[in-house]
Amino acid sequence: MHYESSVREPLITGDKSYHDITVDVAKPIETNAPRSWWIALTISLIAFLWGVGCILYTIGTGIGTWGLNRTVNWAWDITNFVWWVGIGHAGTLISAVLLLFRQKWRMSINRSAEAMTIFAVVQAALFPGIHMGRIWLAYFVFPIPNQFGSLWVNFNSPLLWDVFAISTYFSVSLVFWYVGLIPDFAMLRDRAIRPVQKHIYSILSFGWGGKAKHWQRFEEVSLVLAGLATPLVLSVHTIVSMDFATSVIPGWHTTIFPPYFVAGAIFSGFAMVQTLLIVMRKMFKMEDYITIQHIEMMNIIIMVTGSIVGIAYITELFIAWYSGVEYEQYAFLNRATGPYWWAYWSMMTCNVFSPQFMWFKRLRTSILFTFIISIVVNIGMWFERFVIIVTSLHRDYLPSSWTMFSPTFVDIGIFIGTIGFFFVLFLLYARSFPVIAQAELKTILKSSGENYKKHHSDSHGAH
Amino acid sequence: MAHTNNVITALFNDDDILMKSIKPLREKGYKIREVYTPFPVHGLDHALGLDRTRMAITAFIYGLIGLSVAISLTYYIMIIDWPQNIGGKPSMTWWENMPAFVPILFEMTVFFAAHLLVWTYFVRNGMYPGRAAMNPDPRTTDDMFMMEIEYSGDDEELRQLLKDNGAVEINVVANDEDHAVNEASEAH
Repeated sequence: MHYESSVREPLITGDKSYHDITVDVAKPIETNAPRSWWIALTISLIAFLWGVGCILYTIGTGIGTWGLNRTVNWAWDITNFVWWVGIGHAGTLISAVLLLFRQKWRMSINRSAEAMTIFAVVQAALFPGIHMGRIWLAYFVFPIPNQFGSLWVNFNSPLLWDVFAISTYFSVSLVFWYVGLIPDFAMLRDRAIRPVQKHIYSILSFGWGGKAKHWQRFEEVSLVLAGLATPLVLSVHTIVSMDFATSVIPGWHTTIFPPYFVAGAIFSGFAMVQTLLIVMRKMFKMEDYITIQHIEMMNIIIMVTGSIVGIAYITELFIAWYSGVEYEQYAFLNRATGPYWWAYWSMMTCNVFSPQFMWFKRLRTSILFTFIISIVVNIGMWFERFVIIVTSLHRDYLPSSWTMFSPTFVDIGIFIGTIGFFFVLFLLYARSFPVIAQAELKTILKSSGENYKKHHSDSHGAH
Repeated sequence: MAHTNNVITALFNDDDILMKSIKPLREKGYKIREVYTPFPVHGLDHALGLDRTRMAITAFIYGLIGLSVAISLTYYIMIIDWPQNIGGKPSMTWWENMPAFVPILFEMTVFFAAHLLVWTYFVRNGMYPGRAAMNPDPRTTDDMFMMEIEYSGDDEELRQLLKDNGAVEINVVANDEDHAVNEASEAH
């Protein structure tokens, strides 16, 4: 029952026992942080505080502090929103879709990938919130009985669908993540020596004891949640894309948007997972669990989804020409050759060209190269949203209202602030949460651990 | 059995040895009260003769509830209470407007199914924030596997059986709980 083909590379390297996994996962929490962690936290905190200042300025003064104008009435805010939501998608894909496909390599990365999902969705949700202008009225987006004269929400509107999609996605991801975390919190509780630490993990672990019946329920709940999260994650970016696709703006009004956005989301999400995990595995010495093989697998997904995105770009161009609609044709011609040509070609280079390097095994198994490409892809995906949003808006039907968009320091500050906030959350998580789903990982130690595999193939050779 | 609350706990240091020891114990008529493991051991529920869990069925029912709530919500708000003509698309009947409600119907179904499932899971497991640890031995969240076996009368036979099956530590939990006899013994 613990056998796996010897052709498969081990997923856990080194001579590990169950206890070693426990010790390695608990180590970042039980030991002092490395200096690099403190440096990263300080930089992130400064960026975060700068963002908080810009958000407070926006709320206090108004949306006029941003670079928006009457023609370009959506720009960085919604670009950042879509970018962050997209990044979140990889976490759910790893923890839910790869669970349904029984991909064992997900086990050492799903915890951190899903933490990334939750932290990214937090950043995303900020933007529509502050773009409302009067954030204290944000509860208007929910269908709450009120005294304003039957003022209900409009269920025909994609923006309302988005409210439901994002809040469902965030809350379901959170409980899915937490259900998986409980046994690992229990492990930390049972190891904790300091009373405060023991008390905190005791509260967090809900009394988990690893009873046979509880594990049976755990596995079924995980499976059902994965089954629910899989269509959910696809629906989220589909609905985000409908914010654009159901409008009548040339360049937005296309039926290809839902699959194209979902592929782009997975693409950028995996790139962010690479960025985070390459640093984390080094900082906390997790190389035995997050191996080159894991990095290579993710690079293959980046290559595939990057190519899907590339095909979507080309299909859009073809359909614009083939439709014979003058406005549609101009929108795309303007993207590639108009005043925002640099954004369009940055997007093309980063998203279509750069992932093609992953066809070469030497490159996709190189950590430095992967790290660089992961950053490039995320820059490219930010430009994709910028191109879709700003270049479609800035030259509308009436040439007299054609204009350009330039961000103010507030736009930039809020964006940098969310990056800071994201990393603050992730860095705090990395020092207080079990960053690897150790209970799950222990189930594959005997089938995919290097020492066990070696032992097994040796004993087979002797017969 | 006269005194069923006589309990012996046996610790194992390997999941395969644990699994192999279950069958001989059950064949001898011993009742395995509980098994604590650090990770889900594949096939353990089957070996212990546990019933199938009904978690998935509850999730299905919760999903249907969510769908009904979404249908009622959209019907009441968009058709009954305040029908509006938005973009030349009047809200006449729920059915005609239904395609626009599909995202809401889907999201609410998932929302109810997932959240109520997790609540059910916590309630059925008796888990809540701050509950005292349910595992008697802290090593069972690390690398040890613990079995609680009920017995009556003499425990010698049971001890021998457990030793033969690879238990690394055997403890007796006496009838009055504050008087526990501890006896550690190496299996090999």
